[in-house]
Amino acid sequence: MAGPNSFYGPLDPAPDAGYVDAPPRMGFFTDTSVCIGCKACEVACKEWNLVPDDGFNLLGTSYDNTGGLTANSWRHVAFIEQPAAGSGHGTDTPGAFAGMPTGPSASAHTAVVAAGTSQDTGTDPGVPAAPDALAAAATITAPGTQFLGMPGADLPGRTMDAPRSDFRWLMMSNVCKHCTHAGCLDVCPTGALFRTEFGTVVVQEDICNGCGYCIPACPYGVIDQRKDDGRAWKCTLCYDRIGDGLTPACAKACPTESIQYGELDELRSRAAHRLEKLHEQGVAEARLYGHDPNDGVGGDGAFFLLLDEPEVYGLPPDPVVTTRDLPDMWKRAGVAALAMAATIVVSFAGRRR
Amino acid sequence: MAEAHPVGFQYVVEAKNRGAKVIHIDPRFTRTSALAHSYVPVRAGADIAFLGGVINYILGNEKDFREYVLSYTNASMLVNEDFKDTEELDGLFSGYDPELNTYDQSSWQYLGQQDEGQEEGEAHADRETASGLEQESHGPPVPADVPRDPTLQDPRCVYQVLKRHYARYTPEVVERVCGVPQDKFLEVCEAWTANSGRERTTALVYSVGWTQHSVGVQYIRAGAIIQLLLGNMGRPGGGVMALRGHASIQGSTDIPTLFNLLPGYLPMPHHSQHETYRQWIDAIRHPEQQGFWANAESYAVNLLKAYYGENATKDNDFGYGWLPRLTGDHGTYQQVLDMIDGKIKGYFLLGQNPAVGSAHGRAQRLGMANLDWLVVRDLFMIESATFWKDGPEVATGEIVPEECKTEVFFLPAASHAEKEGTFTQTQRMLQWREKAVEPPGDCRSELWFFYHLGRIMRERRAGSIDKRDQGLLNLAWDYPLHGERGDEPSAEAVLKEINGYEIATGRPLSAFTEMKPDGSTAGGCWIYTGVYKDGVNQAARRKPRTEQDWVAREWGWAWPADRRTLYNRASADPEGRPWSERKKYVWWDEDAGEWTGYDVPDFEKTKPPSYRPPEGATGVEAISGDDPFIMQGDGKGWLYAPSGLIDGPMPTHYEPAESMIRNPLYGQQANPTRKVYERSDNLTNPSPPERHSEVYPYVFSTSRLTEHHTAGGMSRQLAYLSELQPEMFVEVSPELAAERGLEHLGWAHIVTARAAIEARVLVTDRLTPLRIEDRTVHQIWMPYHWGGEGLVTGDSANDLIGITLDPNVLIQESKVGTCDIRPGRRPTGPELLAYVQGYRDRAGLTPGHRTPILTTEVDEPEDS
Repeated sequence: MAGPNSFYGPLDPAPDAGYVDAPPRMGFFTDTSVCIGCKACEVACKEWNLVPDDGFNLLGTSYDNTGGLTANSWRHVAFIEQPAAGSGHGTDTPGAFAGMPTGPSASAHTAVVAAGTSQDTGTDPGVPAAPDALAAAATITAPGTQFLGMPGADLPGRTMDAPRSDFRWLMMSNVCKHCTHAGCLDVCPTGALFRTEFGTVVVQEDICNGCGYCIPACPYGVIDQRKDDGRAWKCTLCYDRIGDGLTPACAKACPTESIQYGELDELRSRAAHRLEKLHEQGVAEARLYGHDPNDGVGGDGAFFLLLDEPEVYGLPPDPVVTTRDLPDMWKRAGVAALAMAATIVVSFAGRRR
Repeated sequence: MAEAHPVGFQYVVEAKNRGAKVIHIDPRFTRTSALAHSYVPVRAGADIAFLGGVINYILGNEKDFREYVLSYTNASMLVNEDFKDTEELDGLFSGYDPELNTYDQSSWQYLGQQDEGQEEGEAHADRETASGLEQESHGPPVPADVPRDPTLQDPRCVYQVLKRHYARYTPEVVERVCGVPQDKFLEVCEAWTANSGRERTTALVYSVGWTQHSVGVQYIRAGAIIQLLLGNMGRPGGGVMALRGHASIQGSTDIPTLFNLLPGYLPMPHHSQHETYRQWIDAIRHPEQQGFWANAESYAVNLLKAYYGENATKDNDFGYGWLPRLTGDHGTYQQVLDMIDGKIKGYFLLGQNPAVGSAHGRAQRLGMANLDWLVVRDLFMIESATFWKDGPEVATGEIVPEECKTEVFFLPAASHAEKEGTFTQTQRMLQWREKAVEPPGDCRSELWFFYHLGRIMRERRAGSIDKRDQGLLNLAWDYPLHGERGDEPSAEAVLKEINGYEIATGRPLSAFTEMKPDGSTAGGCWIYTGVYKDGVNQAARRKPRTEQDWVAREWGWAWPADRRTLYNRASADPEGRPWSERKKYVWWDEDAGEWTGYDVPDFEKTKPPSYRPPEGATGVEAISGDDPFIMQGDGKGWLYAPSGLIDGPMPTHYEPAESMIRNPLYGQQANPTRKVYERSDNLTNPSPPERHSEVYPYVFSTSRLTEHHTAGGMSRQLAYLSELQPEMFVEVSPELAAERGLEHLGWAHIVTARAAIEARVLVTDRLTPLRIEDRTVHQIWMPYHWGGEGLVTGDSANDLIGITLDPNVLIQESKVGTCDIRPGRRPTGPELLAYVQGYRDRAGLTPGHRTPILTTEVDEPEDS
């Protein structure tokens, strides 16, 4: 389907970019089922690549305080707290919070007692009684069985209307996908973005002029401009390490081999094997993402094993290279221009008559 | 484990990928829970109720590994008829003395050994000097010829005593006390027992927060009892694993930075108990005793020879008189209180940040503010070096910088990459570390610091005839120097001295059995002997695991004698055959007439399984061929500890020192022997049966985040780590947030009798309320990494914690307490003190208030 210099479909990007005797395509396989969210990848990446910090901001999105892939975070660990009703996911064990009570911290009886005794005991100064202990006690019908909701305390997107009984905490180290068809690279006017002999996509910081075309071109929202210098930055798949036969910093630092680096073909078969094993173990929700050369970007150089829908991790479910339709668009624009020219020619020709 | 030990957790992930089932039990859902097959929420401070329930399940269903239990534990031994259990005495064991809050342990002994137990006075001294557990490591005086009942039917045998003790710890009780639903609890019991036995083993892994309770030692004991009952000790894949909190905490216990121990677990001499050299030696080795401690004199002489060199002679008891003596409690918390009281004038702080990292931060800082001088050696300017100018007490007016008399000397330290030496990790394995780069500027290693400090002090005091200087002046203080500046002592030379050598020839010893009590050999730590075997730094071995078998004996070196699994004789049955082909590890080779296997046998190499000691044998000779626990006085694993533990022979559920729950099992509320410091600057929140526990109605616990290191000295100074967790926060369940009106990302403050601190709120489903008795109990959780210095700052969670200690080892109860939490920021300045005082007043913590230790009736023993 994909011819030479195609913007779409499966192909081997390095030879396609003109490399003769290119080495095998290298990539990442990030297996989120063994990620422990330690963020060693984020730190190792910054240490090696001298990436500045992303600011000290408590974001409140679970344990994620860097927020996403940015010019200053080339690896990013997402944390997804996922409450659910029902028993243990995919197993016959009880869910993490099965049988746990909900509601306020006292039975009706003890709440009344507590509210009474937390009045001034005659040894001022004191603090006011718990404002809602009595109110809470009044709402109780049977201790610990009624879900009272969480006024003012809801987590974003949490729409449970039954007591949570199961729970998952998903963690995933995200990174540039090093697409087979990289929109960022296609639109770069300066040639700062280029395809390496390993099939990866790298920005050359001394050439980037900060035009920013690449930013909307990325279907994953990965590449980003640094605010102070305007240039575009992203993961290089440690181009300066892999050329010397070294493992990229993040994969080297990962303690649980959640991030695996290697030849893409080998990683794809490893991932298929791992998926099969997880399915055997009853983890039916495991799936691969970005591994398929027939997807909208021709397959990713960095692909993932996920435990839920891609949207849950903030990944587009069906990414398509933004330049896929460029040839068609040029064709149509060309046809339109020709038609316009013909009209003009015709109209001028008509006047001469 | 994933949270605080992510690198070690790779092996859990590996085991999981190979089919192991991972269960995580924790008050909150952590990164470890996220990877576990099963997560069990539990109330902080109720662990013995949980583990006792497991013991009851094992015994009630006869799930114990009977052959192992009969042969390798003291299950069959008969206990004294006078022994009374907590089940009979409402939470006390027999022998309790309400005056000293300790036990006369005579009645805990085996039958016929009544005279051997500690009396309450001795137990009191042991608590003061944290030497309770030394008894265990030295093998308390227990003879082997105890009456036994191999049928385990005698009501006085340990097996039956244990069974009765835990009979009430049913799944229903576990649910009521711990908040763990019965089906979850039974799932753990079934998984644990099903995965133990001949063919399979289960590992119990804990992080050292588990020890930080007023019954901390008994937590570990409870875990050990389960592992012994299930035959999981001394076998591959089994064990009770302590994940130590720092790179070489195991090393700093082996060659201790503790006041009560000398290297190799030799006790620090006590001024009255060990007046003479002979008294000291006999207190360690117990003449008549069996086991390897019988050779204690060799270990002690070698240590003294390593300290004092040629100045240590037989005629001067090898310089025993120069050793310092214990006079009482010199533990870190007693010292802090002594500083506040002006009894301690100078203090060295190395690699420690007590202003943030130790319990009761305010006491720590006020203590240090009352010194004459303080030396801080650290990588960064930590809170313990700057408390006098910008600590929280400066804001409240309790410390006035202009008036603070403490002179602080800050000396920059070399980091681990800037110095050579060893780390000893939790498997007792020493791993050599090369120096990667020269330390910058004035930064120096600890070795450099102490060597030159000693050198200069010795020069200053040269020729002194002061008695107190003799220990210093008689030291053998000669180490070869090297390095770029030519003044760095050689760490390899120190390691060689620790290993030990023959004095005449300088030949390094290859095993501690080569140590002589006559002064012809010297060695700094007998258990480390062999690490420099053949003159080779064995700790520097780095053969990858892919190039050797799974025990990987050519990586580093593990004490003792490079044994990777301790007590591994227990991996074979009494006849010396592997319990199963699958769990084969060390076995008796009949043809060769020796023990062999994958590991170094932790047993005399040629002592056959059939060996029985002759009548009257002592020491090593008295260990039978089927006694795997060779450091114990009777060679057995102890399900029941007839002596050695100050708070009882069997773990018993006591509520934490601060709890809003009345102990559901006993009238005795909390550990009746816990170490308390009743002072107006160390108040304890009230617990039932005292009134006003509702003033502090929530349970709190603290621990670490992956992103930071303990008190933050090594992480809050680094931008790449600070950005990952930039602010102090408190985690609450949605239910508690609703109850107290706490908003996600809003501010809240947390109050105890010691302090009020503020934090940003994270409302998270990872915390859950628990149902305890008839009420819902909310737990809140905080990291303890923040302080006033560094790139990211915040209030310190350890300020909330008071000083109440475990009686055996004097570790603080810092992982559970009660508190209140309110929305909004805390008051500042002097108003903060008034605010905390308001809580104390409402809680009835008025001047003269004393927390009751004994909350049940004591029956006066009729025959004492």
